[in-house]
Amino acid sequence: MTMGSTTIPAGTKWWSGGKSPFNVNYGKVMMWYFLMSDAFTFGAFLISYGTIRFSVNHWADPNHVFNSFPFAGHANLPLAFVSLMTFILIFSSVTMVLAVHEGHQMNRKGVEKFMIMTIIGGLAFLGCQAWEWTHLLTGEHVALLTDGTLGVIPTTVKMNPWGADLDHGTMMAALQKTSHEGLVAIASTLHHGAETVHHNLNQLTNQELINQISTSGLHATHSGPIAFGGYFFGITGFHGFHVFSGVIINIVMYIKTKLGHFDQRGHYEMIEKAGLYWHFVDLVWVFVFLCFYLV
Amino acid sequence: MSAQHVDNPEVTFHPDHSGGTGKIWKIFWVLSLLTIIELALGYFLYAKSGELGYVAVLSTKCAIAILTIAKAYYIVSVFMHLGDEIRNFIMTIVVPLVLFVWFIIAFLSDGNSWKNLRNTSAGSKPNQVEQVQTEGTTHH
Repeated sequence: MTMGSTTIPAGTKWWSGGKSPFNVNYGKVMMWYFLMSDAFTFGAFLISYGTIRFSVNHWADPNHVFNSFPFAGHANLPLAFVSLMTFILIFSSVTMVLAVHEGHQMNRKGVEKFMIMTIIGGLAFLGCQAWEWTHLLTGEHVALLTDGTLGVIPTTVKMNPWGADLDHGTMMAALQKTSHEGLVAIASTLHHGAETVHHNLNQLTNQELINQISTSGLHATHSGPIAFGGYFFGITGFHGFHVFSGVIINIVMYIKTKLGHFDQRGHYEMIEKAGLYWHFVDLVWVFVFLCFYLV
Repeated sequence: MSAQHVDNPEVTFHPDHSGGTGKIWKIFWVLSLLTIIELALGYFLYAKSGELGYVAVLSTKCAIAILTIAKAYYIVSVFMHLGDEIRNFIMTIVVPLVLFVWFIIAFLSDGNSWKNLRNTSAGSKPNQVEQVQTEGTTHH
């Protein structure tokens, strides 16, 4: 970390009273220390996740888990949606720092404009996360269950289908044990759950269903590492809650700017403090992006 | 120095805020470029999955992690203006974060040791060792 651009005369007596020894206001010092403690909270979560991930032989492959894009159907698009989320958050960080810059110039209109843009960026990110969570929680993937049968399961905190691929022999053995309802559900996923197809499938015998499934090139997997869902939803949820509270703080700051509170006060330091929190949210995302989506 | 800090008598030296927004946009492009390189490396891992050796995968992942730390540095130093603060204050933030070096090394190596034990006959599930090892070879 390099020394800043502020020039300080040599021999300045920082600790003899009358001035902040750190040359920063109390509120800003405390915001920094809060963010440092929050960094340890997020760090502990991510390191716990890493420890569990290192302790098992197989972990979910992010390129299989996160390969969807809204309105793109079943196209395989790894990294695409999370790139969009990342750029939304980087851009909202830029508009935030521009709002702080306008605050330094005492330009109320400029602060208002960039705060609005930052709030929209935050809401867009939350919308993306809502879509991603919904997509995972309602997903339909065929996986080997603990009772030895095949089942159609989503990604939740209790189960997920992100284990290693099933070989053909294991899949056939599991299909023999699977109930009629289970087989119909699996065969339905081959037709993406169309209602009329589901009715027709119900008429078929188990053996006919098994034949249809086994010749379809169905992609089935072992069930995934049990901890995956808890860590993913826990950590991205905790981050998403920070984004949500950041948006609320930014809305409050926007209203206070609009009402002229900071002009009356003579400075826009509250925008700087809100900005510190908002940049921290972006900072954490950089690491969540690394740990869950990239590696 | 400037009118905007009138009621902060404890703050003795104010950083110069008279500059334009050029540096902000420069850092935006730096962050975007680093992100694009990260994504390219991530896509490389995806496209070549199963073909790369253990060392190649690990070093690519380490490269991505280093780029992430570079992004973190730019966000904290420029966007959060920590680089504009005085050295004493910077140190009160940065020095405690050094704990992460121990934190990461200790816990990840513990996880790794746990996995190694799991795969021995002393492990918790010796009857699954064979299946587990065949999976382990294809999925690092």
